[in-house]
Amino acid sequence: MAKRNNVLANLDWMTVSLYLLMMFLGWINIYAAVYNDEHQSILDFSQRYGKQAIWIVAAIIIAVGIVVIDSRVYVSFAYPIYALIILLLVSVLLFGTEIKGARSWFQVGSLALQPSEFAKLATALALSKYLSSFNFKIQSFKSLSIVALILLLPVILIFLQNDTGSAIVFFVFLLVLYREGMTGTVLFFGFLFAILFILTLVLSPLNTALILVFGAFVASLFVTRNYKESLRGLAIACLIYSLIWGTNFLLKLDIEGMNILLYSVIVSALLFSIYALRRRLKNLLLIIGFLIGSMLFILSVDYAFNTVLEKHQQSRINELLGIESNPLGAGYNVNQSKIAIGSGGFFGKGFLNGTQTKFDFVPEQSTDFIFCTVGEEWGFLGTTFVIGLFLLLFTRIIRLAEKQRTKFSRIYGYCVACILFFHFAVNIGMTIGLAPVIGIPLPFFSYGGSSLWAFTILLFIFLRLDASRFEQLGY
Amino acid sequence: MDTYSKRKDFLNAFFILIGIIFVLRMFGIQVISSEYKQYATRNILRPEVIYPARGLVYDRNGKLLVQNKAAYDLMVTPREVKSFDTLEMCDILDITKEELIEEMKKARSYSPYKPSPVVKQISPETYAPLQEKLYKYPGFYVQTRTLREYPRGLAGHVLGYVSEVTQKNIDANSYYKSGDYIGSQGLEESYEEYLRGRKGINHFLVDVHNRKKGSYNEGKMDTSAILGKNLIATLDADLQEYAEMLLQNKKGSVVAIEPSTGEVLVCASAPSYDPNILVGRGRGALYSKLSSDTLNPLINRAISAFYSPGSTFKTINILVALQENAITPETCFHCSGKASSPIKCTHSHAPTVNAQIGIRESCNPYFWNVFRSTIGKYPNAEKGYNVWRNHVMSFGLGQKINHEMSGLAPGLIPESESYNKMYGKGRWNAMTIRSLAIGQGEVSVTPFQMANMVAVIANRGYYIEPHLVRSVQEDDNEYRRLEFVKKQSTIDQKHFRVLIDGMQSVVEETSSGAYNVLVDSITICGKTGTIQNPHGSDHSAFIAFAPKENPKIAISVYIENGVWGARYAAPIASLIIEKYLKGKIPPKHLAKEQRMRDANLLNSFQPK
Repeated sequence: MAKRNNVLANLDWMTVSLYLLMMFLGWINIYAAVYNDEHQSILDFSQRYGKQAIWIVAAIIIAVGIVVIDSRVYVSFAYPIYALIILLLVSVLLFGTEIKGARSWFQVGSLALQPSEFAKLATALALSKYLSSFNFKIQSFKSLSIVALILLLPVILIFLQNDTGSAIVFFVFLLVLYREGMTGTVLFFGFLFAILFILTLVLSPLNTALILVFGAFVASLFVTRNYKESLRGLAIACLIYSLIWGTNFLLKLDIEGMNILLYSVIVSALLFSIYALRRRLKNLLLIIGFLIGSMLFILSVDYAFNTVLEKHQQSRINELLGIESNPLGAGYNVNQSKIAIGSGGFFGKGFLNGTQTKFDFVPEQSTDFIFCTVGEEWGFLGTTFVIGLFLLLFTRIIRLAEKQRTKFSRIYGYCVACILFFHFAVNIGMTIGLAPVIGIPLPFFSYGGSSLWAFTILLFIFLRLDASRFEQLGY
Repeated sequence: MDTYSKRKDFLNAFFILIGIIFVLRMFGIQVISSEYKQYATRNILRPEVIYPARGLVYDRNGKLLVQNKAAYDLMVTPREVKSFDTLEMCDILDITKEELIEEMKKARSYSPYKPSPVVKQISPETYAPLQEKLYKYPGFYVQTRTLREYPRGLAGHVLGYVSEVTQKNIDANSYYKSGDYIGSQGLEESYEEYLRGRKGINHFLVDVHNRKKGSYNEGKMDTSAILGKNLIATLDADLQEYAEMLLQNKKGSVVAIEPSTGEVLVCASAPSYDPNILVGRGRGALYSKLSSDTLNPLINRAISAFYSPGSTFKTINILVALQENAITPETCFHCSGKASSPIKCTHSHAPTVNAQIGIRESCNPYFWNVFRSTIGKYPNAEKGYNVWRNHVMSFGLGQKINHEMSGLAPGLIPESESYNKMYGKGRWNAMTIRSLAIGQGEVSVTPFQMANMVAVIANRGYYIEPHLVRSVQEDDNEYRRLEFVKKQSTIDQKHFRVLIDGMQSVVEETSSGAYNVLVDSITICGKTGTIQNPHGSDHSAFIAFAPKENPKIAISVYIENGVWGARYAAPIASLIIEKYLKGKIPPKHLAKEQRMRDANLLNSFQPK
């Protein structure tokens, strides 16, 4: 009995307070977003704010339930829970209800449940369990393959449900792997490729390739530290380029500019590799390899973007990068969302005084675009306050995670922080035009039972683990 | 503690960095930029225009000339349209299915959320059955507009018409927006600012589906519409109607002015049109039909047709000569009748001619002698001509004497420079330009100017700027009388007696002249004119005023191809004078009235 009491005493009440505050703020903003004169009572259960009140009460009951259960249950049942969720993901594909083009819902009466919301926490549990097991070695190929399997299984199933947004969330587990010792090179290259991807689309492949060639030249200058030699190298590369260009011109071969550059890079790269091999300049070889790799990447981005992605996905990305601007088409949501937030000004228009959200100019105003209501009615003060709350929550969770005495709890804590962070970054980012429009909710704010409950369970399992960190010494 | 625990700092830093980026971005769009606030207002504000009824126009006796009638525009908001019985709607509106589809397409391409007109200016007769069925057509509603109505179908040329604004109107005046109405031509145009009133604007809050959600800012930005102001015109509707009736099947015009005030009593032009046909849905087609008519019914001949004044001009020539002391009333010139040279006389009378006989007999030789004496008083013809021209222009000729009518022509009294160009400086004299003595040659006048010229004679030396509107309604709804300038001619009052006596004898004594002008108990002073016309029969002109003392009406009548002055113009003028001064035509003149009314002179060639 003493231990039970300890649980309440050891619970991190600061996180719990943040959680309750966020749910409350979310609720009144949903009220403001769908407010109308006919249904003024905030507890009108025919309206979304009334329903959200029910979801919140249920979430608190769930939270209490999770705290009551012994923390070891979550550790031991990590794999079964994961297996159950995978089963649910498969069955929702077969028997689920389709809502807005995504077959990811179980309709039970008036309640719609979305298994993919729960897949995140199940994967977090399974990943924590596997990474904390004794036979896991971060450098071993076998271990990494199993990690990849744990991650990719739900990702593929959710992709198949046509719920791209939820699937993309799983990439955030790379951050957890990084914390657990995965080489930073993966993140670095991921970052580099993202930049190349954007440059290719914004600047056109040819220009990006030219920048790359220039970058490689500067890099080689640093590596060889030989001014004359580098210039000579550049001259040779230019010569090769003009040779190929001249041949194309004279023989009218109709080779594209991009390809001329590619061929000359390959030819000169070959020459330089021989030179580097003879001089045993390992770094130069690396640069050359990287250059060729990047050139091929550029080509594939160009190809993938135009043939693999669907039209609406292309235009969403184009819109985000400012290549296309069509405020009435693909950019409508983001444009209206920015107008709503921007019109809030410093102090906001005041509670229930938002016009853009209330008159339905912002789509999905109570779910994915709930942050618009915050921005419009509470202004810069409100948005900064909410962003501050989230940052406080993330740093608090990381601090708690670092205090954990078991690897499982620590890894799970990072999973929680990273999942919440990804939702935060992408959801708010898309409302202000800094991220593509991916339909994922803002944790604790957005309307919806499934996501609120899933985030609650995700967070409270961690709080339960944290509350009993002193019992688990021997684990 | 494990080897990678330092990586927590990286993750923390990354999270905080993203947070800072967000806060900076929020600061940018919420605090620094004002663009989103403007967009937001534009999003939710729908200004709705309230069109005030246009002002009415009354005649001088309070009879309505122009009023308003209701018309209905069928509007559609394409987004809200559900499938409906198109055939039934086309039936009610009397349009084809293709027209309806075309209009719906236009509306959709304008905006799916905003209303645009499908069929404009539906008559009340069509509106009644449409209103009953309207509930079956979601997305459609009817907007009430007002159209002009002319209860007596009179004076279309003077009143002008109302039409939809053109892009040019919109560019010239920011008050107008596409779809507004504006007065074109006539009084509708010149008194537009009084007649139109002021549009009101209500600002409504709308949601994304353009549904009204209440008024904006408690209506503080709204402006209420101000009704158009009424006008009291100077026209006499009954007399105008009578003149138009007499002018039917003729080309010509009648202008009558009240000399003491400059008020225009009649301004009629033929062929004419019923202004009611330039209203409503059929307007476009009828307008183009009228404008391509070879008889030019849209042209207001009274103010814009150029004619030679003919013999009516002799009245001025005699006044100028008297004023310049070139002649006295007793000065006589010899007339050799048809043998006279260089201009023969067309009438037969005693060979010795003084002023009164000259006017009565319209003796050409007398007048070129008078003209030569006038010009000859000066050392050279150019100087003499300029003095003459100055006198003539003081009668309001060769210039615009009215500022209400946009189509008003100034006429022409040439500058001496034109003759210098024509003949060479110093190489012309009074006899070179002798045609001016009998109102032919280079001078041209409008019937409106001739009526004003008669008003100067009737007033013995001055005129008040002739005008068509007496009073306008002010903001307090009281009528304010407009003031017009009095202009003095260069001729002294004493010289008019001889001329006026002569004009009286034109009507009362001349044997071959205006014998059928006589009206019991009214002394009419007049002058006939026959204007040479190389393209057909000569034109018939007559100017007159009555009564001789304290004149009430000055009139000029022009009948194209009327053969000679006394044949049509003079009887028509006398009928109008009699109608105006006595109120009705006595039985003994009904035959004359009928003859005038039934004459058809649309053919350019008439038997002599």
